[in-house]
Amino acid sequence: MNTPVQRPKLAVWKFASCDGCQLSLLDCEDELLAVADAVEIAYFPEATRREVAGPYDISLVEGSVTTPRDARRIRQVRQSSRTLITIGACATAGGIQALRNFRDVEGFINTVYAHPEYIDTLATSTPIDEHVPVDFELRGCPINKHQLLEVISAYVAGRQPNVPTYSVCEECKRGGNVCVMVAHGTPCLGPVTQAGCGALCPAYNRGCYGCFGPKETPNTAALSGQLGALGMGREELVRFYRNFNAHAEPFRQESERHDK
Amino acid sequence: MSTPAILDRKDFDSLLGALRDRGHEVIGPRVRDGAIVYDTVDTAADLPEGWTDEHEGGHYRLKPRTDKALFGYVVGPTSWKKFLFPPQQTVFRATRVDGQLRFEPGVVDDHPRAFLGVRSCELHALAIQDKVFMAGPYADTTYQQRRESVFIIAVNCVEAGATCFCVSMDTGPAVGAGHDLALTEVINAREHYFLVEAGSNRGAELLAAVPHRGATEQEINAARGGVAQAAESMGRKLETEDIRALLLGNLDHPHWDEVADRCLSCANCTLVCPTCFCSSVEDSTSLDGGEAEHTRHWDSCFNQDFSYIAGGSVRASTASRYRQWLTHKLATWYDQFDSSGCVGCGSCITWCPVGIDITAEVAAIRASDQRRGDR
Ligand code: SF4
Ligand code: SF4
Ligand code: SF4
Ligand code: SF4
Repeated sequence: MNTPVQRPKLAVWKFASCDGCQLSLLDCEDELLAVADAVEIAYFPEATRREVAGPYDISLVEGSVTTPRDARRIRQVRQSSRTLITIGACATAGGIQALRNFRDVEGFINTVYAHPEYIDTLATSTPIDEHVPVDFELRGCPINKHQLLEVISAYVAGRQPNVPTYSVCEECKRGGNVCVMVAHGTPCLGPVTQAGCGALCPAYNRGCYGCFGPKETPNTAALSGQLGALGMGREELVRFYRNFNAHAEPFRQESERHDK
Repeated sequence: MSTPAILDRKDFDSLLGALRDRGHEVIGPRVRDGAIVYDTVDTAADLPEGWTDEHEGGHYRLKPRTDKALFGYVVGPTSWKKFLFPPQQTVFRATRVDGQLRFEPGVVDDHPRAFLGVRSCELHALAIQDKVFMAGPYADTTYQQRRESVFIIAVNCVEAGATCFCVSMDTGPAVGAGHDLALTEVINAREHYFLVEAGSNRGAELLAAVPHRGATEQEINAARGGVAQAAESMGRKLETEDIRALLLGNLDHPHWDEVADRCLSCANCTLVCPTCFCSSVEDSTSLDGGEAEHTRHWDSCFNQDFSYIAGGSVRASTASRYRQWLTHKLATWYDQFDSSGCVGCGSCITWCPVGIDITAEVAAIRASDQRRGDR
């Protein structure tokens, strides 16, 4: 192809993850052609075998670091990327696999695998920014495709992305939902979780699971107090904060506070 | 006030019919997801007959009543503001055509609406928002467009909720002004009727179109007695004497930090408050830079970006954000709009996930007033 304008080169990288966030990009359907027009998809094994050598203008990184090999690979990715954007709970907080961080990984390996000696893994699952500097973190498990398009558009246009860091409650109220916590007594992580999903679960009368991780200034202790009043015990509280963002600092600390 | 009339329960549908005949979409109370919300109502069967609402700090439950009252609840999780000041709206769209920008204003959903079941506190809140959005040189024309066609059927409260304090704020429970019709529901073992009073010519004209009869003195007294009872049974109380000076004289009170320990800075209180009017605007662009959209959505002083200026957020601490909210409602609102910004509806208390109570926080500050000298 001989496009006259120089389009930014985009690469999509995978670390320990389920691929759900990369799929959000493919799921853009209508907008996918616009994305392909705006950027040159230079490396995206999930979508195409075509591979253009680096360096890349924008790298989207999905997944967490769980092996020594990946800990080395992320440095190479960083070196070959002008802008590095992490996408999803795995890349931004270690993901659901960060539950291992609270337990003894050796024990798991010996129990689960017939040949533990073949397993080469780290004791922890850690977010990308614990290994290399990250330019922007897009939260979510999975990410919201509108937010992804917003972030790509913003970087292409050279402006700041509009990705709010306030609570899920804000989106919940704008959406006109009845608060499940107040009206039904259903535990909800919305007041300490960052917006982005459009308050999907409360819209279906479920409490928020915290997929988008801690919001700005999260007061988890105050929320736990109320959850306790609603009848949640210590063990339940520990599990409540240990989902896809279990390793995110405020959630990790709060779960550990009750895990004694 | 017009001469009170009686509308029988069995004729309630004709009232809704008459509104529809005049081209109004009727928005009123309906049961949805375990709460009484305001939504489109077609017939009286859609109304929350036989339901009531239980309120406490951070607690709301829908409960069955022992009678078949249609308006036997107080206020729900959604105020009327969302119909006039929508949570999200497109201000304009811009398209690039041959190197030129073309602007197109957002569509305003200003079809005629009727609000059925507006309480006295809510009427006061509407009047406050009218002032915010329409008075002064920079009226919000989209609010104005929606507001002008609204027909208001108010309902006098005959029971108060546990988080209500309209009596303290002098905003209820009796409907005073701003309505087209006001209803008072009377229900007992023998009868079920509504005392109807017109508050405008439009209201009188609508009343004329539905079956009704003159009210007896006894019927009028029964209705008034109910409202008096509501006034006697307020769940909360807020001492407003000298409140502006009290709060502005206690900006460094340690109680703000104490509240901040409990406050989630989740913004629910501001979003449910019928007078809070803050919004922010956002621009989005298409990937090829050919289209842009300028949208406005509800915002809150509990969000960090709200006070963001070059260098960071002015109100970084939760204490400063809670203080902004409370002092705006009860003190600086007077400077800005010449009235209180609180109508005593209690929504912020009920819908705060941790039950933080504006009346209790003010009482705590009053109890340990830190102003020196003359009080
Ligand atoms: S349901 Fe959850 S997210 Fe929604 S307002 Fe209530 S606490 Fe917040
Ligand atoms: S501050 Fe609270 S009680 Fe006062 S009007 Fe707002 S929601 Fe109602
Ligand atoms: S209390 Fe906060 S959100 Fe409400 S009107 Fe005042 S500044 Fe705006
Ligand atoms: S007072 Fe309650 S509703 Fe308001 S921000 Fe704090 S926790 Fe949320």
